[in-house]
Amino acid sequence: MYQFKRLAASAAIGLWATTALAQDSITVAIQLEPPNLDPTGGAAQAIDSVLYANVFEGLTRFDADGAIIRGLAQSWEISEDGTVYTFNLAAGVTFHDGTTMDAEDVKFSLDRARAEDSTNAQKGLFAGITDVTVVDPLTVQVTLDQPNGNFLFNMAWGDAVIVAPESIADIASNPIGTGPFTFTDWVQGDRLELTRNPDYWGPAPALESATFRFISDPTAAFAAVMAEDVDAFIGFPAPENLPQFEADPRFQVLVGNTEGETILSTNNKMPPFDNKLVRQAVAHAIDRQAIIDGAMFGLGTPIGTHFAPHNPAYVDLLANSPHDPDRARALLAEAGFADGFTTTLKLPPPSYARRGGEIIAAQLRDVGIETEITNLEWAQWIEEVFKNKDFGLSIVSHTEPMDIGIYANPDYYFQYDNPDFQALMEELNATTDPDGRDDLLAKAQAIISEDYVNGYLFELAVATVAKAGVQGLWVNQPTAAVDLTGVSWAE
Amino acid sequence: MIRYALGRLTSLVISLFVASIVIFGVIEVIPGDPAAFMLGVNARPDTIAALRAEMGLDQSVVTRYFDWVTGLLRGDFGQSWTYKTPVAELINDRIWVSLPLAIYALILSTLIAFPAGIYAASRRGGPGDVTIMGATQLGVAIPNFWFAMILVLIFAINLRWFSAGGFPGWSDPLQAIKSLTLPAIALALPQAAILARVMRSSLLDMLGEDFIRTARAKGLSRRQALWRHAVRNALIPVLTIIGLQFSFLLAGGIIIEQVFFLPGLGRLIFQSISARDLIVVESVVMLLVFTVIIVNFAVDLAYAAVDPRLRAKT
Repeated sequence: MYQFKRLAASAAIGLWATTALAQDSITVAIQLEPPNLDPTGGAAQAIDSVLYANVFEGLTRFDADGAIIRGLAQSWEISEDGTVYTFNLAAGVTFHDGTTMDAEDVKFSLDRARAEDSTNAQKGLFAGITDVTVVDPLTVQVTLDQPNGNFLFNMAWGDAVIVAPESIADIASNPIGTGPFTFTDWVQGDRLELTRNPDYWGPAPALESATFRFISDPTAAFAAVMAEDVDAFIGFPAPENLPQFEADPRFQVLVGNTEGETILSTNNKMPPFDNKLVRQAVAHAIDRQAIIDGAMFGLGTPIGTHFAPHNPAYVDLLANSPHDPDRARALLAEAGFADGFTTTLKLPPPSYARRGGEIIAAQLRDVGIETEITNLEWAQWIEEVFKNKDFGLSIVSHTEPMDIGIYANPDYYFQYDNPDFQALMEELNATTDPDGRDDLLAKAQAIISEDYVNGYLFELAVATVAKAGVQGLWVNQPTAAVDLTGVSWAE
Repeated sequence: MIRYALGRLTSLVISLFVASIVIFGVIEVIPGDPAAFMLGVNARPDTIAALRAEMGLDQSVVTRYFDWVTGLLRGDFGQSWTYKTPVAELINDRIWVSLPLAIYALILSTLIAFPAGIYAASRRGGPGDVTIMGATQLGVAIPNFWFAMILVLIFAINLRWFSAGGFPGWSDPLQAIKSLTLPAIALALPQAAILARVMRSSLLDMLGEDFIRTARAKGLSRRQALWRHAVRNALIPVLTIIGLQFSFLLAGGIIIEQVFFLPGLGRLIFQSISARDLIVVESVVMLLVFTVIIVNFAVDLAYAAVDPRLRAKT
């Protein structure tokens, strides 16, 4: 009995010790586990969620509100004609393996990303680069084939982080960056651990260590937060449970915006959607608020075009397509489909698509459009819908920031081919003046809204549930990131 | 006995060969290009082509099947496309969750089922029998993932005795076993219900046999006859079920591993299928098939051990 008591006492002390320590460490849960740890070699957002701004840094970076701020480049000059960018790098930066980060590493990273055999998922970000020159160890010059108003923005992406030739071979399993946290351990399928980088060149983060856990099942996510197994859940998968957390003083709920325009993708080359009247009818058949309430439990902002509402350049074009079933029926009749028609609705796995799909199918049925719903896995969706363009309608959230340029690509899966829009995008790319860009972006938003290219549904929201004492978490997701640099525990 | 074992061994090898073709074939026809999936929607065609070449997908199906099988024979499971680590390492990490979990669940289920089945059989028709059979009816009917969620609700969220999921690793065995306890119970109870029913009916069959009557005629009490003669003979169908259950527990923990977010083989298969990491799916499924076949082989040998007739016949 005495033995047992001693055991219990030591266990209690052990427990106490871990709670005391917990104040400079955090356990963060996200839904998906990164497949590997190379942000420059795959599209999986989970890689950036864990590593962006924590382990890896680029020349520039996104801040919590999506603005582009300084990263490893402390300042830059842009030549008169807008084609040469001279970056001045921060001094005294070292990689986690102790090697120095200098202009050679920048050149290596950019050249690697744009190389012939590069497997960078966002190779397009580097497309305009014709030359990268090392001026001196802390100065690097990037030459573009034409002015690109998006260049600093492109360099902020997780796919454009600076890596070192010394550590590139093992980057997928042992990521070596310049960030405020070093990668410590990854128990695949369970957790990934980061530790504060004592040699970080910038301000030291408050946390000593952080653990990421990966929980995709909504019920398991709920249980993990309720049982206080995790301190914060970024991108909580069960919006229906949020009111319960809001009512519980142990927790705080943060709802923010993302760059995800959720759209009813429409195959613009497939009859009858090649007829603008039909697309317009679909737009009027949609009741956005019903979808947001029914599929997202109220989380999400209605959009009237393919642009993020929190962006200063956003134009509210909801008036182009109010919910009006009578109008939709009239437009269908005008297009020659008074008796309606049948089409396919192919849905990828996320709940916005699966739940939203059922609601949209009902709304379309109301105006005479029958849909055959097919549920697809992502890999099938990419093959069938995205690559082979074998679909009538689909629901997808386009999560890349500032991606209105996809409408200028006639081969993109919704196959919108409008030379005026393409010319407008050319002009936008060549414009670096902010006001001029905003005007052009407004025009672009109006064109696709008035052409009813896709059904514009809502901007995806992101919900974070955290213990009440956690502060400094990003509310919004301007890019997939769980930036821990500013996170701390309230005293 | 040796001829019997050799016969079983031959069918084992043939089964494995057929399984390898079926697994490879089925996975080959799953729609979805692994390279396109990994690179996402913004990837350029030349980037996808570069990745396909890196993954060896530009080679013919026959070449890839041959490479895979010869690799397996050498004990080389290949390299995961998404994790970019050897598949053998992935399996090695995961098996130390799935295997202990399956064994834990099997032990629990046997510990519950044997006494329950024997007790019910020995008191056939009595209130004890009726209660146990009612409970097993319920146990068979309840889906294990639902039961798992109820366990989490009670023991993790309300009582806070266990964490809601996850696996801390074997560096602290006590914590590891603790974290496997709720999943093991969730897996074990429905299995125990089935096993208890099989045990009971098998025992009842035996109790009607001539040799039991002879034993009773020789003066053994009903209970003595049951323990000395019936239980041993009733084990054959029970062993079959245990063999099947072990395979199920090892491979079929997918949902339970998902509910408790355990890094086991089931979750590895689940993740790999949706990420189209075909090499991992192929190798893990092959390993599971191998295990099932080996377990069945062992069960066959166990039959022979408990039933001398099988040894004599073949």
